[in-house]
Amino acid sequence: MFRYILRRLLQMVLAFFGTTLIVYALTFAGQGDPIQALAGERPVTPAQRAYLTEKYNLDQTGVGGFFYRYFDYVKDLLQGNLGESLTGRSIGDILQQAWPVTVRLALIALAVAIIFGVSAGVIAGIRRASIFDNSTLVLTLLVLGIPTIVLAPLAQYFLGVKWQLFPPTAGSDPTFYALLLPGIVLGSLSLATALRLTRASVAENLRADYVRTARSKGLVKRRIVIVHVLRNSLIPVVTFLGVELGNLMSGAIITEGVFNIPGVGFNLFRGIRTEDGPLVVGIVSVLVVVYLVSNLVVDVLYAVLDPRIRYE
Amino acid sequence: MTVQPTPASATPEGGHLLELRDLHVEFRTNEGVARVINGVSYHLDAGETLAVLGESGSGKSVTAQAIMGILDTPPAFVRSGQILYQGQDLLTQSEEQRRQVRGKEIAMIFQDALSALNPVFPVGWQIGETLRQRAGLSRSDARRRAIELMDLVKIPGAAKRIGDYPHQFSGGMRQRVMIAMALALDPKVLIADEPTTALDVTVQAQIMDLLADLRQERDMAMILITHDLGVVAGVADRIAVMYAGRIVEHADVRSLYKAPAHPYTKGLLESIPRLDVRGEELSTIKGLPPNLMRIPSGCPFHPRCPYVQQVCVDVVPHDLVLGDGRTSACHFAQEVRDDSAAR
Repeated sequence: MFRYILRRLLQMVLAFFGTTLIVYALTFAGQGDPIQALAGERPVTPAQRAYLTEKYNLDQTGVGGFFYRYFDYVKDLLQGNLGESLTGRSIGDILQQAWPVTVRLALIALAVAIIFGVSAGVIAGIRRASIFDNSTLVLTLLVLGIPTIVLAPLAQYFLGVKWQLFPPTAGSDPTFYALLLPGIVLGSLSLATALRLTRASVAENLRADYVRTARSKGLVKRRIVIVHVLRNSLIPVVTFLGVELGNLMSGAIITEGVFNIPGVGFNLFRGIRTEDGPLVVGIVSVLVVVYLVSNLVVDVLYAVLDPRIRYE
Repeated sequence: MTVQPTPASATPEGGHLLELRDLHVEFRTNEGVARVINGVSYHLDAGETLAVLGESGSGKSVTAQAIMGILDTPPAFVRSGQILYQGQDLLTQSEEQRRQVRGKEIAMIFQDALSALNPVFPVGWQIGETLRQRAGLSRSDARRRAIELMDLVKIPGAAKRIGDYPHQFSGGMRQRVMIAMALALDPKVLIADEPTTALDVTVQAQIMDLLADLRQERDMAMILITHDLGVVAGVADRIAVMYAGRIVEHADVRSLYKAPAHPYTKGLLESIPRLDVRGEELSTIKGLPPNLMRIPSGCPFHPRCPYVQQVCVDVVPHDLVLGDGRTSACHFAQEVRDDSAAR
């Protein structure tokens, strides 16, 4: 197991350099005149041009110049310095403010998915073809069919504006209550998937041979379901939720945008919209690390849950 | 009503330990109703071994699961009949009463031990679970007893292997774990549902020997379900042959092997390869087992039977009593037996 984790960590180093290189190239390699792009419509004085060329190492041109700047960037990154956005703010500071908000939102969404998705999935799996099972099927298909870009404004309008059950927007430094509605909207997709997955897994495991054995041992039905069936059924669900947490942590551009939540997705969206290359690359680099780590945790968790899987 | 552990003497005078009377089980599916068990009657006395023989789909496993009360309902429904255990009809008992019988009075082992064991729990835990949940043993006592049971079924290094998972054992060792688990509560009846089918031939013999030894030591009764005539010979006292959800022949092992009195049994015996007879082509039973949704009229074996007459198509044969406790559900049982004996 230790060797497996070590090997995965080495793979992560490769993946990290690969992804940051691609993101960096996509953002910067195609730019014509980055200084003019920075200034927009306004004219750039020779003094400003000289200063910016110096600052961003733009005197080196071509492929060599690109790699020079990339390695310069990575060197700073490895020292924990994410650099500055084009507006002059430290990207580290921006993320420091945005992260806690996104993490809270992600945890609310995940909690919604676990509490409602998994438990409803277990019940639906046990009572196959019941009214409950069929209504969850319809509801989950509905949720899976509506994109967030439609669901989020709808929820905001009805629950936030019309019936005023929740604050319609979160604003800076949002409270738990303000994040609840966005969290539910964000979690609804994970909820629906978790429900379908749990239902299928429980239904399948209830038919497994080991359940017949457990019954022939004279165990009570409750114990068979809770101990034997659930332990097996939740293996794929936990794996899914782990990957999902990685997704949710990387920010929800649409949900954060609609509800005006100053999280990671919100900042990333702003970076893209204002063509703030350093900000986009900085945020994405951190997201890559979050994603890689959460995937590693899921794989290790998988081996812990299922003894048949031992990575060597 | 609470169920008291009934002592063996509770069996009524002259009654059997376990008796099935005219059991009918059907599977209600979307495609229709499959009559899987059609009037099965057999009995088991304390300490004896009954082999239930038949090919896939003959209903032998379903009968066993009906005795255990572990049929999946739906689709399976017990339509009528009685399952008497120590004189009590299990089918009239509540689910809670039946649960008490499982494992403690009647235990069962299954064909494929790999899938029959829960993959995510150590084997010691699974053996111990029965003891903790059913006999109220403490965690450490259950563990100690689990090691004893694993020793009993001759798993080498039991104390060291108690924490291992099912997939870490070989097929034969896994089946031993199943047996240890079934013996945990000292049942009076052990139902072994094709216990050696998934195993190598050499391991098969070891497991059968182990089962025979354990049965004798503990004076258990055993129902051995199999499709393999070779497995039966050394172990069983009596044989019940099943076909299309019926018992077609019922006899003690010696007389059945010597002179089968049902064409189906005769066909089965003739299809065993023999090392002492050279050059003859192996005979088979022609045709396929019947579709249980459309069981043939009359004798269900008639489309495949070499002795078939018009009466077989029209009339369902009753059990013909042949003496020595033998029965055969064939209109021509006498002739078949005489034929077989003359061979």
